[in-house]
Amino acid sequence: MRTMKLKLHVWRQENRNSQGRMETYTIEGVNEHMSFLEMLDVLNEKLIKEGKEPVAFDHDCREGICGSCGMVINGRAHGPWYKTTTCQLHMREFKDGDEIYIEPFRASAFPVIKDLVVDRSAFDRIIQAGGYVSVNTGGVPDANAIPIGKETADQAFEAATCIGCGACVATCKNASAMLFVSAKISHLGLLPQGQPERMQRVLDMVAQMDKEGFGNCTNTGACEVECPKGISLVNIARMNYDYFKAQLKK
Amino acid sequence: MAKLESKIPEGDISTKWSKHKSKIKIVAPHNKRKYKILVIGSGLAGASAAASLAELGYNVHCFCYQDSPRRAHSIAAQGGINAAKNYRNDGDSVFRLFYDTIKGGDFRAREANVHRLAEVSVNIIDQCVAQGVPFAREYGGLLDNRSFGGTQVSRTFYAAGQTGQQLLIGAYQALSRQINMGTVKMHARKELLEIVIIDGKAKGIITRDLENGKIERHFGHAVVLATGGYGNVFYLSTNAKNSNATAIFRAYKKGACFGNPCFTQIHPTCIPVSGDYQSKLTLMSESLRNDGRVWVPKNKDDKRAPNQIPEEERDYYLERRYPAFGNLVPRDVASRAAKERCDAGYGVGQSKMAVYLDFASAIMRYGRIEANKQKLDNPSDADIKRLGKGIIKEKYGNLFEMYEKITDENPYEVPMRIYPAVHYTMGGLWVDYNLMTTIPGLYALGEANFSDHGANRLGASALMQGLADGYFVIPYTIGDYLADEPTTEITTDHPAFIDAENAVRNRISKLLSINGTKTVDEFHRALGKIMWDYCGMARNKEGLEYARKEIQKLREEFWREVKVLGKNETFNQSLEKAGRVADFLELGELMVIDALHRNESCGGHFREEYQTPEGEALRDDDNYCYAAAWEYAGDNNDPILNKEPLTFEYVKLTQRSYK
Amino acid sequence: MDTTKQVPSLLATSIGRKIVMGITGLFLCTFLIAHLSGNFLLLKPLFDPTDGGKAFNEYAEFMSKSPLIRLPEIIMFLGFMIHIGLAAKLTSQNKNARPQGYVYQANDGKTSIFSKYMGVTGSIVLIFLLIHLYSFFVKHRIIGTEETMYETVKIAFSNPIYVLFYVIAQILLAFHLNHGFQSGFQSLGLKKNPKWNTLINKVGLGFSILIPLGFAIIPIIMYIQSIQ
Repeated sequence: MRTMKLKLHVWRQENRNSQGRMETYTIEGVNEHMSFLEMLDVLNEKLIKEGKEPVAFDHDCREGICGSCGMVINGRAHGPWYKTTTCQLHMREFKDGDEIYIEPFRASAFPVIKDLVVDRSAFDRIIQAGGYVSVNTGGVPDANAIPIGKETADQAFEAATCIGCGACVATCKNASAMLFVSAKISHLGLLPQGQPERMQRVLDMVAQMDKEGFGNCTNTGACEVECPKGISLVNIARMNYDYFKAQLKK
Repeated sequence: MAKLESKIPEGDISTKWSKHKSKIKIVAPHNKRKYKILVIGSGLAGASAAASLAELGYNVHCFCYQDSPRRAHSIAAQGGINAAKNYRNDGDSVFRLFYDTIKGGDFRAREANVHRLAEVSVNIIDQCVAQGVPFAREYGGLLDNRSFGGTQVSRTFYAAGQTGQQLLIGAYQALSRQINMGTVKMHARKELLEIVIIDGKAKGIITRDLENGKIERHFGHAVVLATGGYGNVFYLSTNAKNSNATAIFRAYKKGACFGNPCFTQIHPTCIPVSGDYQSKLTLMSESLRNDGRVWVPKNKDDKRAPNQIPEEERDYYLERRYPAFGNLVPRDVASRAAKERCDAGYGVGQSKMAVYLDFASAIMRYGRIEANKQKLDNPSDADIKRLGKGIIKEKYGNLFEMYEKITDENPYEVPMRIYPAVHYTMGGLWVDYNLMTTIPGLYALGEANFSDHGANRLGASALMQGLADGYFVIPYTIGDYLADEPTTEITTDHPAFIDAENAVRNRISKLLSINGTKTVDEFHRALGKIMWDYCGMARNKEGLEYARKEIQKLREEFWREVKVLGKNETFNQSLEKAGRVADFLELGELMVIDALHRNESCGGHFREEYQTPEGEALRDDDNYCYAAAWEYAGDNNDPILNKEPLTFEYVKLTQRSYK
Repeated sequence: MDTTKQVPSLLATSIGRKIVMGITGLFLCTFLIAHLSGNFLLLKPLFDPTDGGKAFNEYAEFMSKSPLIRLPEIIMFLGFMIHIGLAAKLTSQNKNARPQGYVYQANDGKTSIFSKYMGVTGSIVLIFLLIHLYSFFVKHRIIGTEETMYETVKIAFSNPIYVLFYVIAQILLAFHLNHGFQSGFQSLGLKKNPKWNTLINKVGLGFSILIPLGFAIIPIIMYIQSIQ
């Protein structure tokens, strides 16, 4: 079992309104089997013992599905592994003596709350603007009354696997939320259940996305590369197509 | 003594629910908006309840500690959701699902509730599909199913290994729609810290804003707790790191009875612990036991790599012991069998505390079918393997990836190493047929209540129960209570609110003022170890008595030595954790007390003193065929035991057998 | 979606602007094809010594005099203006979307470098365009001169610095087109079918290499001729 000594540069910021700064910590005895967040746990235990406030970071399920965790590690959203959330990154990636820069997701639509914790409620508001099928509980047809081809179902599923972590925004040079928004528009737009509201949905969700202050898509594809769930750029194309159509139709 | 009125409707089990629905009181549409309902938690049960209640016209406020309702831990459920649709034509029915669940729970659940669960299971699938949940489908366009443990039919609907995520997103979207319409007010990053009782009824809550520490009072005509389970008492579990018992434990301390606290589910297939720093355990879905075969070497200390061990030197112990169900025995049975093998010295891996879950034969079997389909003549083994891997990948791809990221081993090539881990708590707040706790106006849904799974939950039933409670039960039953409640709001300046807020503030100040020498996590780990060692997969009187003393000591030390930095008025994760662990330290003892009193083995509760000669759980139906509902009696007194006798009219009480 | 909301117009939304960027960009690509076809007449004297630039001059004459050309010229001019104006607008929005950047800069190793510098490549191409317009369009159409267009070009392309500048500008145009061509299709939502995507990407790659190469090869040949 390999252990290592690391130098961490971590963004520290008291609250929304305060100025932040990078601070440097040294941590020893990091085990290669640890997850990245477990390494931060060890750092925090050490800081508490020294009477220093621990580093705040969002995390919950620690198995890559809740979308809570997210930080930029050495310039990469969720760190250097592809299709991985921060909690799934393991320390075997690093070697003794490495320096690691840990920063919060940066976007004006994601204000920093504390240290590495950001406010991603903009995503919720975008979904609230139309990311659903308007059915009430009860009175719906039998599940098998709506046959859906396997290919369509699979494509919709792939889009629906988005965990809303915000890595797409964090990594996009324009802090654009197009991958996130398009994943939901694709998921519902591909399915027969989503057809009645398809045009209005795309108009409403995009209007909310713009209101939140995200940047524009310049089709660099960085979002797709860093997406822990591998959500594809094809979704953005589908959204653009629907959006154009909806604008022409309105 | 609390009075346990289960309110089970009269009549034949198959008509109880429909008759009940048509008889209970309801609130007229124009009055619904005058009632404010506080829903705590936004997982499957909470989000579906909040959305459905708002659709009916109630004024709903929903709270979650996460930054978004979409992150509730229901999202991590992998394998699937059961429903008695009988789409497979394999003889499934509402009765069979009911029967399997009662039997799977080792006859410690209430028949009427379970039957209702089986009845509404079919509506859940319809509802989710209408919302756009992308369940797995077959080429013909219809829904696919797979099998889960403890059943002999294929009734589990799924979306790859991310079923919980897809269902939660469906509920979250329904909730988002109501938020957009202004019928639900969402309060994210707010944690419930106290429940306000006025004239014996739940009338509000006290919350802390996790970003700025603001303590807030919220009035509600009714309070619905959908805050999940308490598996994190064990520190290491498959629960999310922040999953906690504070809401239900505050309710308990305010007078709600806690049902069967010792009924804990240890899931057989989790990635084993690798070191002291470990912060949580990761589940590998039960669905993997559809295709994976569990084995250990027949020889102790076999040092060979798993692929080097020939067939005849492998012990497929589940297939050997339970030929009828094989690898698909219920979770409690599979977990104990793994523990038995490891304790006997046959475990694998560095720690010797793991068994193999092997996909090699499934890969070849699927590969041959696929080769046939593709009309390949004399396919080579390599071709078959390649094709088989493709099929396995389609079924479990994301789980295999998860496994590889954590262990750095490729499960397509070498068998997974797995070991049981704490996963779910069947115990929870005692509720009546209407899902109301012993405090009028206080409801508990989903994993937070004790109702449907008895002493062991079957796979793919948690999602079913959460959504059943939220979509199809509470929207009906809450009216029965509210119809008699005045619509007037009580001011939050009421003394009961002030007292509750002061209690919260005092507790926080105390935690911050101790400034001891040990971190919250150190206490949590220590508690987890006591619980796992003495109140885990196997328990005995002596160990439990010892554990109770140890927990008391630890709790005393916690309030003397814990170190929580910072202040209340900031984003303070140590303070959040400290409050939760303080509650775990009391709840852990309650679990031990319950485990100690139940002198029988049933489901996940395995008392070593009570077992059959083959090592199976030995129930004592004469003395323990009841739900234990514990009532708080003050910090210095033992809790009071209330019993709800369980009667089995439709499923005969028998020794559970999966042989 | 339960109420009818006011929907902002196309040009007031992020995707709308991107769609217009795509349309104008792809329109300007057609202009490049037309322009390049004309430019090839500059090479006619190479094959037909009797031509002496006559064909090119006739073409230039037609382009400047024919009323048929006015409308496309205006559309093209508008296309440029919209493309550039929107680019400026989008870029400033993008800057505002991330007021504070990252301390540690990294590359993910997978995305195209050209896609990240569209503003830079576009701006340099714009500067080139202005100088280019000044040397030919302004000189002939606004100021007026005795030289034929062919002569003006020949003089310009005998200047090694001008040729170098021209070639560098073409390389940057290639970079711009390399991302811009397929990106235009993406913005219009036409890359939603993976089958077409490969085709669009291949055509885009070919276009981004061949068109600037065609433009660049002319001054190089004429410069070589001028020093012989």
